[in-house]
Amino acid sequence: MRPDLSRIADVLAGDAQADRVVPPTGFTAWLTLFSAAAMAFLAVFALALSLATGRLADRWAGELAHSATVRISAPAGQLAAQTEAALKVLRTTEGVKSARALTDAEQRALLEPWFGPDLPVETLPIPRLVEVVETDEGFDAEGLRLRLAAEAPGAVLDDHTRWRRPLARAAARLRFLGWLSLGLIGGAMAAMITLAANAALAANSQVIGVLRLVGARDDYIARAFVRRFTLRALGGAAVGAGLGALAVLMLPEAQRAGTFLTGLGFRGWHWLWVLAVPVLAGLVAYAATRMAAFKRLREMP
Amino acid sequence: MIELDDVAYSYGGGELLSEIKLDLQPGSFHFLTGPSGAGKTTLLKLCYGALVPTSGHARLFGKELRGMVRDDIAVARRRIGVVHQDCQFLDHLTVTENIALPLTVSGRDLLAESANLKELTQWVGLSNRADAKPPELSGGERQRAALARAVIMSPDVILADEPTGNVDWEMSQRLMRLLIELNRMGKTVMIATHDLALIRAAKSHVQARVLRISNRRLQLAGADL
Ligand SMILES: Nc1ncnc2c1ncn2[C@@H]1O[C@H](COP(=O)(O)OP(=O)(O)OP(=O)(O)O)[C@@H](O)[C@H]1O
Ligand SMILES: [Mg+2]
Repeated sequence: MRPDLSRIADVLAGDAQADRVVPPTGFTAWLTLFSAAAMAFLAVFALALSLATGRLADRWAGELAHSATVRISAPAGQLAAQTEAALKVLRTTEGVKSARALTDAEQRALLEPWFGPDLPVETLPIPRLVEVVETDEGFDAEGLRLRLAAEAPGAVLDDHTRWRRPLARAAARLRFLGWLSLGLIGGAMAAMITLAANAALAANSQVIGVLRLVGARDDYIARAFVRRFTLRALGGAAVGAGLGALAVLMLPEAQRAGTFLTGLGFRGWHWLWVLAVPVLAGLVAYAATRMAAFKRLREMP
Repeated sequence: MIELDDVAYSYGGGELLSEIKLDLQPGSFHFLTGPSGAGKTTLLKLCYGALVPTSGHARLFGKELRGMVRDDIAVARRRIGVVHQDCQFLDHLTVTENIALPLTVSGRDLLAESANLKELTQWVGLSNRADAKPPELSGGERQRAALARAVIMSPDVILADEPTGNVDWEMSQRLMRLLIELNRMGKTVMIATHDLALIRAAKSHVQARVLRISNRRLQLAGADL
């Protein structure tokens, strides 16, 4: 489709008299209206999914990228010395904003959910954890690993990429599936509207014959049909998108569950996407009906 | 205006029309006659570009029909008023809207033409049926509406297929007077009919050539007409 905006505006502005030359098209009108509404409703959810997974991926990447952990396991006698050595390495590493060994109390708090409150942390061979905060540029994980191995053999760097990567991949895949669904929804709508337009054109072949007899151009005849289907798709999609947005708004808040769910809602300017759904539906209907109409008219003697 | 040059036409079976030569000069008046099924309607359709000759050449206003795209034909149709044998209306529109249809599709301002429209509706005696739908009309009323629609654009050529087939003698005389008057204004007119009495009556008012289709060929009718 060549998006010729002035032409589309022309079609939408229409002319009341020209509109009347094609009789009301009954069930195809409802088919168009209903499928546009249903597809727009689904499109809003697919959009919400895509945008939410996008947000999720960004957040995971953002939150996790800025922190790392160094775990130091060593015989009880060497633990303090190795921790000190590791901290020294970390403090002189470019890209590390701060590094801090967790206190016994903090470590106990971390383990409490699993072992209960009275764990004698001091007497157990539990590794010491060092919390590392990165700068925005981040550090070179491989270089740091090598230096730690040299200074504190019991230190293991965990920069979280190991488990962040599959999550980010899953989020990206979800986002892709969301956009794919949107494409499929658009395609299905185009197919249904083409079908409806073809049915309307076939049912009106006698009308088209009369219009040609009195000197109507194909463009004029096509426009009468195109305008009708475009406006119907626009209207149906507006209703469907409105209902979809309402449904998204009424989703229960998931934030408090403390999970990774960010809620399926739209944030800020993302609401504009909801407004774009009916407009896109109108464009799809315009292109689909125009193609169907001209194809039909070419085939008619 | 409209010219058929050695035209033949067949709907797929044997040839229905052969070696047709016809030249509708500006301002001429023709009758086309012949038995039912001879091909009168087919010949008219060739004249307004609804059918393309299987061989030979059809020229509309000097342009070869085969070389014309559909838009060209649409534009040429606006200069040809056609009264179709079975009228061909849009049943969901009123009589007035149907008569105005050629104006509508060519983008004319209907308000500017409303006086013209009213006068014409009156002329064909349909003023009291102006808001009726075509299916509610009698056969004769339909033909009068079809004639009004054919002339609303003030076309150069009027092709009428049995325009008086369903009306009484008096009304047919009135419709003929309208067509003769249009011819006096310089319009080219061709009327297909098998009503010989109508032709005889008209010949005292207008210089008309009478053509007859017989044995697939077009001939000038004898002096008996
Ligand atoms: N679309 C078509 N397909 C096949 N045959 C056709 C078609 N239209 C007309 N015919 C045939 O062509 C022949 C001539 O038809 P046409 O309508 O031109 O005759 P006509 O002289 O106008 O007859 P009438 O006086 O009854 O109106 C007829 O035998 C008709 O059956
Ligand atoms: Mg006929």
